[in-house]
Amino acid sequence: MKDQHLVTLTVNGREHELVLESRRTLADTLRQELGLTGTHLGCEHGICGACTVLLDGEPVRACLVFGVQADGREIRTVEGLADGDELNDLQQAFSRHHGLQCGFCTPGFLMLAEAYLAGGGSADPGEVREVVSANLCRCTGYQGIVEAVTEVAARRREQAAKAHD
Amino acid sequence: MKPAPFEYHRAYTPKEVTELLLELGEDAKILAGGQSLVPMMNFRLARPTALVDINPVSGLDYIRRDGDVLRVGALTRHRSVELSTEPDVHNGFSVLPGAARWIGHFPIRSRGTVGGSIAHADPTAEWCLLARLYDAEIVVLGEHGTRTVPSDEWFTGFLTTAALPGELVLETRFRRPRRHGTLLEYARRRGDFAIAAVAVAFDITDNRCHDVSMVLGGVANEPLRVPEAEAYLEGAEPGERAWAEAARLAAEAVTPGTGPDDGDHGYRRHLVGTLARRALAEAQAGPAGPRPRGGAS
Amino acid sequence: MLRGAATFVEDIPRPHAHHLAFVRSPVAAGRIAGIGTEDARAVPGVLAVVTAADLGHPSLTAVLERDEFVPTSMPLLAHDRVRYAGEPVVAVVAESRYVAEDAAERVWCDIEECDPVLSLADAASTPVHPEAPDGVLVDLQMFADDLLDESLARAPLVLEETFRSGRVTAAPMEARACLAEWRDRDEQLVLHCSTQVPHQVRTGVAQALGIAERQVRVVAPDVGGGFGLKCVVGREEVVAAAVAARWRVPVRWTEDRQENLTAAFHGHEQEYRVRAGFDAEGRFVGVDADIVCSVGAYSAYPFSCGVEPLMAATELPGVYKVGRYAARARGVATNKPPTAPYRGVSRPQIVLVMERLLDKAARRLGIDRVEIRRRNTIAPHEFPYTGPNGITYEPGSYLEALERCVREVTDAGWWERRAGGDGLRRGIGLVNFSERTAYGTATMGLRRMQMTPGFDVSHVRMDASGDVVVTSGTCGHGQGHETTFAQIVADRLGIRPERVKLRQGDTDLVSFGWGTWGSRSLVIGGGAAAVAARTLAGRLKAIAGELLEVGPGDIELADGYARVRGVPEARVAVEEIAATVHFRSHTLSRHHDQLLEARGAADPPGMFSNAAHAALVEVDPGTGDARVVDYLVVEDCGVVVNPTVVDGQVRGGVAQGIAAALYEELTYSPEGQPLAGTFMDYLVPTASEIPPVAVHHLQTPCELTETGAKGMGEGGTIGAPAAVLAALNDALRDCEADLDHIPVRPADILRVLTTGTRTEREDTA
Repeated sequence: MKDQHLVTLTVNGREHELVLESRRTLADTLRQELGLTGTHLGCEHGICGACTVLLDGEPVRACLVFGVQADGREIRTVEGLADGDELNDLQQAFSRHHGLQCGFCTPGFLMLAEAYLAGGGSADPGEVREVVSANLCRCTGYQGIVEAVTEVAARRREQAAKAHD
Repeated sequence: MKPAPFEYHRAYTPKEVTELLLELGEDAKILAGGQSLVPMMNFRLARPTALVDINPVSGLDYIRRDGDVLRVGALTRHRSVELSTEPDVHNGFSVLPGAARWIGHFPIRSRGTVGGSIAHADPTAEWCLLARLYDAEIVVLGEHGTRTVPSDEWFTGFLTTAALPGELVLETRFRRPRRHGTLLEYARRRGDFAIAAVAVAFDITDNRCHDVSMVLGGVANEPLRVPEAEAYLEGAEPGERAWAEAARLAAEAVTPGTGPDDGDHGYRRHLVGTLARRALAEAQAGPAGPRPRGGAS
Repeated sequence: MLRGAATFVEDIPRPHAHHLAFVRSPVAAGRIAGIGTEDARAVPGVLAVVTAADLGHPSLTAVLERDEFVPTSMPLLAHDRVRYAGEPVVAVVAESRYVAEDAAERVWCDIEECDPVLSLADAASTPVHPEAPDGVLVDLQMFADDLLDESLARAPLVLEETFRSGRVTAAPMEARACLAEWRDRDEQLVLHCSTQVPHQVRTGVAQALGIAERQVRVVAPDVGGGFGLKCVVGREEVVAAAVAARWRVPVRWTEDRQENLTAAFHGHEQEYRVRAGFDAEGRFVGVDADIVCSVGAYSAYPFSCGVEPLMAATELPGVYKVGRYAARARGVATNKPPTAPYRGVSRPQIVLVMERLLDKAARRLGIDRVEIRRRNTIAPHEFPYTGPNGITYEPGSYLEALERCVREVTDAGWWERRAGGDGLRRGIGLVNFSERTAYGTATMGLRRMQMTPGFDVSHVRMDASGDVVVTSGTCGHGQGHETTFAQIVADRLGIRPERVKLRQGDTDLVSFGWGTWGSRSLVIGGGAAAVAARTLAGRLKAIAGELLEVGPGDIELADGYARVRGVPEARVAVEEIAATVHFRSHTLSRHHDQLLEARGAADPPGMFSNAAHAALVEVDPGTGDARVVDYLVVEDCGVVVNPTVVDGQVRGGVAQGIAAALYEELTYSPEGQPLAGTFMDYLVPTASEIPPVAVHHLQTPCELTETGAKGMGEGGTIGAPAAVLAALNDALRDCEADLDHIPVRPADILRVLTTGTRTEREDTA
């Protein structure tokens, strides 16, 4: 068949070889080809951010990238956040601060925040609010999300400072 | 909301891009950051028969100062400009990093490219406004080699440019650095396309404005320079009085014929007046230094 | 949820499932002259292209048993006429959604276009339904009072005002979705569906397809938000079921965002023309309301299009003593998508109306706006209070909430911030309201729906290891039922909540239920679970009494033990009781034929939670921008079972209310084309538009419920539009014109700013 591409994706550290039609989005590739259904589709036009994943460490809307474009690249999804049974600090903070209700937008927010924090994001709540504005949540009013990300930013900076000393 | 079928091609050099485009025909499109094109494809409002992915092309991701010219490679991501702390950028072109912060959101800025924005030619897009503000030249590569198109010839209508079939934007050359400048825009919701935007740039010597540019976004099919306001400000004493008059002239440039036909041109006109006055005052206050935002601080 | 391991419908793995895509009407109104499906059928990977005729013209019909109601049917697929742009006409079944959309593009529909009806004004010109020639599907004249006109004529102040609210939609982050499969082994259709009401979906599917209820199993896995959108039965879901039943293949339908915004269910498009009379002290003497709800093209099943008009007319007076009262409420059919009971259902509007009336009267009469509310609010000594709308209000903290809200706002320095002085205008909105929650059968019965919801049942059973499974007819989707139900049951059994698991949302697992909507779940479902748990506790005590050789009355359940009151060392672990009952029943003198299970039911009449909200807004006169910068809620939902869950509901609700006040609207062109079909046009607010919301609790225990709790799922959305609108008008207090509609856009604010000024009256509390 025309327009099938053999691609190699590394997702959460695991390599996958796939044959993909050109038009299959990265989101559909992750969900349907790899069964990684934690990445959700909320609008398919880049506004809601539910499908945010990390592509070579950068946050991207997986609905606006084609799977074939991720050939040879590293992808990180919500399934790769926890260390085995142990939730990472950000996931724990979301739970503690009631940063989720229905949970549909949560993976996108986690990956957005993970990218922000990985870049040494500040713990200023105003700044966090601006970053978090990249994604939409319909349940929480955002307060718990902002609190969770702010708290983790502060803690990670503290840890980074200690490590530096 | 799934895109129609297309052929996917990857290019590694600019020359390969143009060759592929010519070979694939007029309905082939370049895929750069994809932040405008792919949503349109998902809605099936855009239906290219083929995409040439230029992300693998090397050597197009750079910000370089060349005397009075700031050269920005087509594959430079918005975020690279936003985070730039280079004196080469901030001396004379400090508007650019500040303006980048208005573009969408963190993930959009991580992915979207300057060249893609220039080629897409949305009349509210920040790079398009700044291209006009800084009398930029767009360097394109085509069948017969490179050519340089001045920005006042580049934007030819709503989402249309002077690019010929098969041409690839290589670089945007921002010119006429100035000490003072800013871009302001207004949208109801954070990160949305502006309802209206105003960009200004000028120098102040001996308490007089010189070398003034003003561009409006969102009020016409392409970024709109305001020669009346520029002429008025040339040699004027910087300050509230001059800003108010220039803002009035800017607002007057907004006519029902120029903007989106949404019955709200009266509102846009008011908005442009406000934004112009505020942009001029903010620019006067000094060159904006690197403002750390996003994950940068 | 946090690991990406949640299972929403679309996450259920069925690699070989077919996908549905719908061909939808491109025009708002018209007659279908022909449909061509041949080209679509020829697309490789297409299984079927389905029209209404292929399915035998099935439909869903929601009925109110009232003379004033005109029943109309909603066909699963349009056949003779199309009634809104986006209405499904043809369903394409293909191997993937990509291919289904490819094929859908190849279907042609020949439609003779008609002029669309977009408002009451043109409702009679080309009626949406021939059955209702005047375009009115329901026309309710309620509480007629011959003396009202006379009272108004004598009133020192009569306000005649018009208020409007725009069409909005719930827009849950997970749009609608379903997966339908026929299982030969069970002769059963299994429909996984993102719904709030699995049992009602079952009934709808069974009726539309003409099969037995037993042959339909509806399962709601994780549901990504509903807010009312998913408490009605969608025609697309029934089409998926019909396709699966007929072609015997698993079929998915996942609504995309464009469909969700332009072709799902909407709500809240209403207009109120109100006459309100006040005496010289600002006390209501009477209110006369003429209410028009644009209900869209169809009556949504099972609630019908009577939901908004009935709610509006019945509950308009709210926490206030309005004197004489009459209301007419109409539901007008328009060529727009049908409406469903979106969060708040008419109460965001009626609170807005009442609060605007009071602010206007206060201003006209020179009375402080808090004081005018004190004078009109039902006072503590007046409970139970029966209003002219026939409703009896049980005790609430109406005045206390208002006073507390004013105090909190003052302590937080809002009045100083309001003074401004930096070029921005600031205003404070203060509103006070109630919300009826947990409508039981008795209250719902008054609506005269053909299907009357209200009660709910719960089963609680303990297994041999002492763990407990609770089933409930509710269907949670982010409200934290797992936590609160476990708390309620664990409390009564004296065990840790972690040992209690809730199961809901599966019609084969739960005998029957009315789902989750109308702020009912914790009160009704939780109440039923409490009753069942209490019964089970009694059985545990009886068995423990036998094992410990005391009477059951001497046993208390705590810390995982049944122990003799006053003799803590005389105890038996709950696990041991459980094991004994299951495995060593021969050692017991009786009960050996019964396991540890109990059933409970609850059907309270409905009860009123109440709240006072305060909003602080900033208005930028240069851009017309309005921003809510601070928000405060004092709420009373009776006994708070879980404060975190309550706060989360309040904050999320407030965000949706702010959205309706300032950002979201589904607008239409004069041709009836939707102008907000994407999240670029339908402005669901981001974190930058929603301020932190402070929540304070008052607790007036409810005597009508098992737990003392009242419902509270909608209050945030109900109060916020009124609070924001009040704050905006306060920010524009020196301007001549008022803002009496939502959403308020920047251009509206600039218009008011240019209407001239009036003398400012210092207005502080």
